[in-house]
Amino acid sequence: MTYQWDFSPVLMRWPLLLDGLLNTVKIAAIAILFGVMVGLVLALLRLSPRRYLRLPAAVFVEFYRNTPPIVHFFWFFYALPVVLNISLDPLVAAVLALSTQSGAFYAEVFRGGIQSIERGQWEGARALGMSHTQLMRRIVLPQAATRMIAPFVERSFELIKTTALASTLAYGELLYQAMMVNSETFRPLEVYTAVALLYLVLLVSCSALARLAEARLVAYR
Amino acid sequence: MQAEPLSMPESTLPPPILQVSGLHKWFGSLHVLRGIDFSVAAGERVAIIGGSGSGKSTFLRCLNFMEMPTAGRIALDGTPLGRAAAGRPDEVRYPEGELCQVRERVGMVFQQFNLFPHMTVLENAMEGLVTVKRMKKAEARERALRELDKVGLGGKTDVYPGRLSGGQQQRVAIARALAMEPEILLFDEPTSSLDPELVGEVLRVIRQLAEEGRTMLLVTHELGFAYHFATKVIFLADGVFHEVGTPDEVLKHPRQERTRAFLERFTEFSF
Repeated sequence: MTYQWDFSPVLMRWPLLLDGLLNTVKIAAIAILFGVMVGLVLALLRLSPRRYLRLPAAVFVEFYRNTPPIVHFFWFFYALPVVLNISLDPLVAAVLALSTQSGAFYAEVFRGGIQSIERGQWEGARALGMSHTQLMRRIVLPQAATRMIAPFVERSFELIKTTALASTLAYGELLYQAMMVNSETFRPLEVYTAVALLYLVLLVSCSALARLAEARLVAYR
Repeated sequence: MQAEPLSMPESTLPPPILQVSGLHKWFGSLHVLRGIDFSVAAGERVAIIGGSGSGKSTFLRCLNFMEMPTAGRIALDGTPLGRAAAGRPDEVRYPEGELCQVRERVGMVFQQFNLFPHMTVLENAMEGLVTVKRMKKAEARERALRELDKVGLGGKTDVYPGRLSGGQQQRVAIARALAMEPEILLFDEPTSSLDPELVGEVLRVIRQLAEEGRTMLLVTHELGFAYHFATKVIFLADGVFHEVGTPDEVLKHPRQERTRAFLERFTEFSF
């Protein structure tokens, strides 16, 4: 027997899917923003000469690198109310899970970029009498930034795809909306094919934007 | 904390700017500098020679704290730098602010130039003035241009270092250091990574600085240049000053067997 593809019931419910897509973009954008902030702080802590700053940051990063993201989602959404009596709305719980997790990964991106700057650059700056803060701001970070772009974009794409886990908290992002459409249409093949295409369009446009930004940033070479 | 007086040999020269006493440097289990006493006064030009691994670069790099001394003290204008831990005179801590001040006054030119690739030639020469000395941009620009003119690169101000030859890059690095108006300039094998035909242009700039009477320390393999450049030559071997004297004494009439053997390896091919 051959399967009869029929997208029309799915296409009829496009406002539901569009809603999901917008919510996916929203949650990803917020999580990237906070993730970058968390990542910057963690990276600077990990590069600190002081052990009592380095160590907790390393533990944080290792924890998130070595545990599955869905556990973080469950923890923020289901465990916090029980343990600390804090109830979070699904969006907040998902953003917290995503930004702490991606923060840990961004930290490694930033740290890698900073450490890839040759020793001579640090010495050249120090020899002029620059403080650590000055040499970071003027010499190391501007050069490291251009080397961070590719791994940063890579991590952000992982994050965008991980937003699908927010569906497990009943947050109405793309995958959750798809499940709703599915329960009404009983057309899982069509629904999830449509969802895959929507993710594809979203990520391909993001990578086009990223390439544009990269071309701008490395223009000096 | 007590500032212990530094015992230094009497000298007819003006009071030393920089004094080193009992300097030791360990890299892990490797004992690179084994007790060095040294001082440099205004107007002195010191050439430091020695085989590879003798510790000559390490010694130079300790003077502006590119390397931290393992033991010993360094004094600037008679004031010892850093603070010794209570009861442990060998454990000296150096606050960052103090290190920055020393480095502002003791400039360095590296073997690998270490120019900032994301800045133009002019921005490289201005960077220390604007960021460290907090000078106004217009003023910094003027001074940077003056130094770039002096090293013969006044016409390359808007070029990025990646477009320059090694010799040109090193001259920019010299201008960058000069712009800070350091009291002492350290040169760490400034021509060692240059193609032979580019060595001359860099040495000419250094000779010009010598004629101006600047205080300089130079680690080099260019013995001929060292002879004409220096007021004092130090032969370093196994982490100690093996022989110290005028260029004539050390390079032409060495008293130590080891110095002679070292110099012979250099003269083998001269004709």
